[in-house]
Amino acid sequence: MFYREAGDFKLSYVEDSQTFPIKFDRYRYYAVLAVAFGVVPFLVNDYWVNAILLPFLIYAIAAIGLNILVGYCGQVSLGTGGFMAVGAYACYKLMTAFPEVSMFIHVLLAGGITGLVCVLFGLPSLRIKGFYLAVATLAAQFFLVWLFNRVPWFYNYSASGQINAPERDVFGIIITGPNAPAWATYMFCLIFLTFCAIMARNLTRGTQGRTWMAIRDMDIAAEIIGVNPLKAKMTAFAVSGFFVGISGALFFSVYLGAVEVGEAFGINKSFLVLFMVIIGGLGSIFGSFAGAAFLVLLPVILKVVGVDWLGWPTDIVAHFQLVIVGALIITFLILEPHGLAQLWRVAKEKLRLWPFPH
Amino acid sequence: MPDQLIFAMEVTLNGLMAGVLYALVALGFVLIYKASGIFNYAQGVMALFAAMTLVGIMQGQVPFSHVINAVFGGHITHFGWTVPSFVAILMTVAVMVLLAWLVQVLVMKHLVGQEPIILFMATIGLAYFLEGVADLMWGSEIKTLDVGLPQGINLWIDETTFGIFGYGFFIDNLDIVATVIAALLVTGLVLFSQYTKQGRAMRAVADDHQAALSVGISLNFIWVLVWSVAGFVALVAGIMWGTKSGVQFSLSLIALKALPVLMLGGFTSIPGAIVGGLIIGVGEKLFEFLIGPMVGGATENWFAYVLALIFLVFRPQGLFGEKIIERV
Repeated sequence: MFYREAGDFKLSYVEDSQTFPIKFDRYRYYAVLAVAFGVVPFLVNDYWVNAILLPFLIYAIAAIGLNILVGYCGQVSLGTGGFMAVGAYACYKLMTAFPEVSMFIHVLLAGGITGLVCVLFGLPSLRIKGFYLAVATLAAQFFLVWLFNRVPWFYNYSASGQINAPERDVFGIIITGPNAPAWATYMFCLIFLTFCAIMARNLTRGTQGRTWMAIRDMDIAAEIIGVNPLKAKMTAFAVSGFFVGISGALFFSVYLGAVEVGEAFGINKSFLVLFMVIIGGLGSIFGSFAGAAFLVLLPVILKVVGVDWLGWPTDIVAHFQLVIVGALIITFLILEPHGLAQLWRVAKEKLRLWPFPH
Repeated sequence: MPDQLIFAMEVTLNGLMAGVLYALVALGFVLIYKASGIFNYAQGVMALFAAMTLVGIMQGQVPFSHVINAVFGGHITHFGWTVPSFVAILMTVAVMVLLAWLVQVLVMKHLVGQEPIILFMATIGLAYFLEGVADLMWGSEIKTLDVGLPQGINLWIDETTFGIFGYGFFIDNLDIVATVIAALLVTGLVLFSQYTKQGRAMRAVADDHQAALSVGISLNFIWVLVWSVAGFVALVAGIMWGTKSGVQFSLSLIALKALPVLMLGGFTSIPGAIVGGLIIGVGEKLFEFLIGPMVGGATENWFAYVLALIFLVFRPQGLFGEKIIERV
């Protein structure tokens, strides 16, 4: 009744090729943006921002990045944690070296640097594929974490080996360090997420995205019809690294404030982001959001139910969380390999016909 | 003889021993991969699970006692008996067989014919699931495992080498036992797959699923068998590593260490797993000894992966793997 395309006429190519061709989708998108930018910042408090919103926004960026690599280009990577660490340390070095430059520039540059590192570690993908490549990216994970742990230049020779985000502001509003107001950190991350999502959506809709998908579906056939595999794979690694680097920089500077590399960017982070992509849906931008929201909310909900309502010890709840996440991954792979995004697509199809099913 | 050279020799020997332990874990991977084409990421967690179950049975712990205590109240912890290690090992083998059957019936049966990468991700999910179950069942504190294997410095080697070089080598008795057991295990596996009916069926399945099916081999049975054998190998690896460094979460990380071993040796070759394990074991110990001090140490964390990465660029199928041929 509400969700349909009948009567929604396109009179120009521009209208026909817009991001959300169906009116209902478009208005929903505007409404979400309006609520996210115009309503939420006035309602949030410290708890909401730090426990739910910031991790969601930052992981969503990382998941979009990994989804481009895994879901769109078919190159499995287990090095996300290491690449996030590159973003974080690049951001830290830039923040301490150029204190007067805006944080926006630092975070973007950190993303760019990570993109370059990601391309470097993506080079083996030209020779190997599948889980051989997945294991090869583990090399990136372990090597990068070791590098940031052992080479003092990266953590500015601090005694603890940790890096701490100094206080920086954007247009006079503090956004890093302990004195940053909750709404400002939220807005800062939201701007980056919106920017990344729009960029990813348009990249994957266009020529670039189609070459990635051709490589994913069958690389030999893609090569024969004229897709350059070198260019396609390297751009996928670069773009993915750019997004992952941004999320790593935000994770360190805005969310945590102080980071010990092995703990914050270990192999578990790589798996967490990969799970977000699988549960959300491979090859779907919406899926990245859904997966990130799901895996950020799940521990919070389990903690509220297990610890606060039932009064169980926290370690048992933490173990239950492992069991549930593991079981969910398997269930999703068996029942719905395309993830939450597919459920959403099915729901939309149903809505199109509702309330007349024929 | 210069001191450095003698130290290097000792490091090499220790590296060989460590390599045997890596190879032991890698074996479990190769078995499942050969028979079903599944890359079983959960192998390390299976080793952890097996070791924890063994400790739990030996000490007569009540399974899930923490959860029961937390949910219903009460203070149950132990049955009050202890089980001799041999009986406990047999019981753990039974548990691993049961686990293999459950994995086959609940998970792998539904994923037949999916892409390898999907199966790989399913085993990552399985790893998380098993880790959580193991912690819920037996508690997550570090446990000591003692099934009566000899431990400590081998005095005979110490004295002999002291007589020759004037410097006693430090070789752990446990490593020697592990080497012997690994050799026995490999021989046993080779004999099993060459000369028994089930072993031949297993190789037939590995060769061609459909052809094996058409001559009347039950795929279901073979896959349960393979997962059971892998569970048994995991138990052996779990006992070795558990005795060496205690039964704890880090045990499951040896699976990650086995990956570069496999890439070096090739995913489909049992000798490859052993040679790869030895190369990685010796390589990382020697690298740490020679280059480590110059770059800040702890290179063992990444050396194996980078070695495998460089190696893969030149020989994607590994040392002994079958050549990867792509048909269109």
